[in-house]
Parts: sequence; structure tokens; C-alpha cells
Amino acid sequence: MRRRELLLGAAGGWFAGRALGALAAAGEGQDVLGTLAGKRPLIQRALRPPNFETPLRDLAAAFTANEVFFVRYHLAVIPRIDPASWRLTVGGSSVGAALTLSLRELQHDFERVELAAVNQCSGNRRGLFTPRVPGVQWGNGAMGNALWSGVRLRDVLRRARIAPDALEVVFNGADTPVLPGTPDFVKSLPAERALDENTLIALAMNGRPLPHWNGAPARLVVPGWTGTYWVKHLTDIRVEPQAFEGFWMKAAYRLPTGAFPGYRFASQETKETTPITEILVNSLITSHVSGERLRRGAAAALAGKAWDNGAGIEGVEVSTDGRVSWRDAALGKDLGRYAWREFRMPLDTSSVGAVNVAVRARSRNGTRQPDTLTVNPAGYHDNIVQTVMLEVV
Amino acid sequence: MKGALITAALLVGLSAAAAPRIAAAAEEPLVLADGPGRDLTIGRCIICHSVEYIPGNAPAMNRSGWQKSIQKMKERFGAPITDEESKQILDYLDAHYSGKS
Repeated sequence: MRRRELLLGAAGGWFAGRALGALAAAGEGQDVLGTLAGKRPLIQRALRPPNFETPLRDLAAAFTANEVFFVRYHLAVIPRIDPASWRLTVGGSSVGAALTLSLRELQHDFERVELAAVNQCSGNRRGLFTPRVPGVQWGNGAMGNALWSGVRLRDVLRRARIAPDALEVVFNGADTPVLPGTPDFVKSLPAERALDENTLIALAMNGRPLPHWNGAPARLVVPGWTGTYWVKHLTDIRVEPQAFEGFWMKAAYRLPTGAFPGYRFASQETKETTPITEILVNSLITSHVSGERLRRGAAAALAGKAWDNGAGIEGVEVSTDGRVSWRDAALGKDLGRYAWREFRMPLDTSSVGAVNVAVRARSRNGTRQPDTLTVNPAGYHDNIVQTVMLEVV
Repeated sequence: MKGALITAALLVGLSAAAAPRIAAAAEEPLVLADGPGRDLTIGRCIICHSVEYIPGNAPAMNRSGWQKSIQKMKERFGAPITDEESKQILDYLDAHYSGKS
């Protein structure tokens, strides 16, 4: 709600009278829902290319259902792929044996693995930024947790005889731009991350084939790293001994160098900027939103999720007195270190009045959610401590 | 805020309920504010993306922000927009969708 107040304060009656609806904000319950084929209603940030986020209530489950998993595209030409004719090519200067694989070969010629992981858009919560920054104005729902299954990227790269001089592995998907002058969405990973045993070519999500809008028939899964690397509708992998120069690596998805913790993508880093890589420790309250009232004496519990880069959540602290004192919440079942972890804390409803709830997670990687935002031009990495204002009545 | 999908109804007045409206995607018309440059703006922008991006970004935009955005669309993404058209589009966007001081 902070955004709305800010906006109304800043824009005054002009927007309120004429085009209030024109100003998308990230407040829950005030958003326009839209549906894509095969999906349940999602918060529509844009129709074409489709950008839809998951409503808060659908983030309360341990695994985010395929029908409500968020959808994020940069480019508007998104072909529906026939799985029987789909092929994945693996080539580039740093492979000894280029490959072309059918879906059937991918399914049967490689060990099948599965892993639970959070997929979070780099720009998740951009719409909550102060000051506002341009870009899709995501709220909290450009993320979800799913059980991904497929094959290890490493096994495929080894089949192609990846060479010791490999520096980056470059991924392209079947989605393409409308105009010839628009850069195709192509991403690269450091070779060492591509060879990590947890980097997958996923074919299924939560036990079913990938939904079209989430990358069918195959997508990259890079657990612990933000969604920009999780290339959908994967068609082409190239292994190269030099840094990939494409727009979506060199100009987009970048942070001020040194501003945030996390893996440093050295071959893509400059003195000024560096690619976003790992997810920062974060949490989300899913049980309540600001403004909710609790009945005095009635049982109530705060619940939500905490996640990080895969180091694993060490603890989640809850404050109900405006961040003065903190207590450890109970943690739910460990679904795997790349998944989110549920937390739960009973709320004291014995006396009436305002309850100022704040939650902060800490990771086994030694970091904890900060109180203040590190402003950056693209609006990434909003992992500040979240507050909800409740009232016992 | 009602979100990014704008309808004529929303533009007219919207003290309406906070309950989310559910629409089949593409079912409702997207309407941008009336004014000089509106049709040109829509015509150029929708080559690549729906116009929701415009009001969606308004809170983060001012004249300088829109200028950078138009430049980016032309230079980085290859949008076919002449210099004269750029100026008309900028004037339109700034007049109606600059929400940041």
C-alpha cells in the first residue's frame, strides 16, 4: 500500500480523477486478472508479450501449481512447438562432437533427475521500488516453487565433448522478436555453472510436461539463479571459449558492480556493471496482507516462505512490535536447498490494537534480509524486510 | 490502482470496488488517453507490445524517462520511428503518462 499512498500524494487529483486505473501498482486485491490458455486467472501486467504474475493466495502452497505459475516473456513471437519435430542442437567452438537431440533421445538417453527449486524473475517486486523504476511493474508474484524434472545439462555437454577451453555456454529458445532489429533473447552461463550437477534441461514441472507458457517442451533450470537464465523453449546450445556479446547479457539484466553479494560472472563483468546472478535471501508473508483484522482471542498464525541462492534457509525471524524484538519462527519441511522453506508463527491476539508484523530470513550463506533497499536502475533484488500492518479487534 | 488493463470505464471514473476483475486476455479493449499523437503512439508501440506497458510504467516515468525509452526502442530494438514521430510520441506520452515528478 505504500506505493499507492506515494502515488496519490505525488500525482494529486489529476491522475485520481482522470486515469487512476492507468497506473498499475502492485497492491494485492486491486489488480486486473487475465487468463492465458491453460492458466487460471493471473495478475496481468502485460498481454503481449505475456507477463502475468501469480496471485498471493496461490503462493501459499508448498509447490506452485502449473496453472498459476508466473509467465514472463520479452519477445512476442512465441511458437507452439510440436514435441515430435522439436530438436535441440548442441554445438559451438568448444565442443568436440556437435549433437542434435530429439525429445525422445533427451528423455531416454540420459539419466532422469528431479529437483525442487524456486524460479524467481530478476525484476520480482520492481513495482514496489521507491523510487519507481521503469520495467514490468511486478508485485510479489513473479516467482514460484516447482519440482523440475529432466536431465542434467552437464550430461548433455559431456556427450557433446565439451572442451577444457569452454568459457561460456550460450542458450537460445524458440521465441523470437517481431522486428529484425530487436535482439533475440539469448543468454549465457559461465561454463562452471553450466556444468553444475544441479543445472538441468527440464522437461516436466510438478510431474507434468512443461506448460506452453513456461517453456515447453524443454527449458533451462538454473537453481539459485534468477529466472532470466532459465531459457524457455530451448532449441540451441553453444559452447564457446569467449564471452557472449548479446544484448541480453551485455546491456540488460545488469547490476552496479559490487553493489550486491552473490556469484560473480567474471567473463561478463565490467568495472561499472555486472550480470545479475544468484537470488538473494528473501521471504514472503502469504497468510496475511496489510489491513487485515484479527478477532481478539481467536487463534491466528502468520505463515509464508523463505528462500535464497541454494545455501539453505538457516532461520526466519518474526517481529510483531515494529522490529524491536524478534523471535524465530518454526520452519516447515525441507523440500531441498533450492526450494523455498515454509515458516509459521502463532500471532498473539489477546489484546486489541495494531500489530506491526515484520519478517526477516537469514541464509546459511551468512546473509540476512536488509532493512533498506539498494536502489539500482533496473529495479532488481528487492529483498528488504517485509512489513504487514494487522489489527486485533 | 486497478492494474494495467485499462478500459474506458476505468478511465472515466473508478471509485469502484477493490475486487479484482477477471477478463479473458485480449477480451477487453485497451484504451489510451485521448490527445494529439495517440494514434501514432499506439500504431508504433503495438508492433512489438501491447500498450499496457505505457500506463503500467507511468508511475516510473517523466519526460526524460519517456525520451530514453523511445530512444531505446529505436536504437536497441529497431523500432521504425522517425525523428519527427519520436517527438510527437514523446509529447503524447509525457502529457498523459508521466507520473513521476
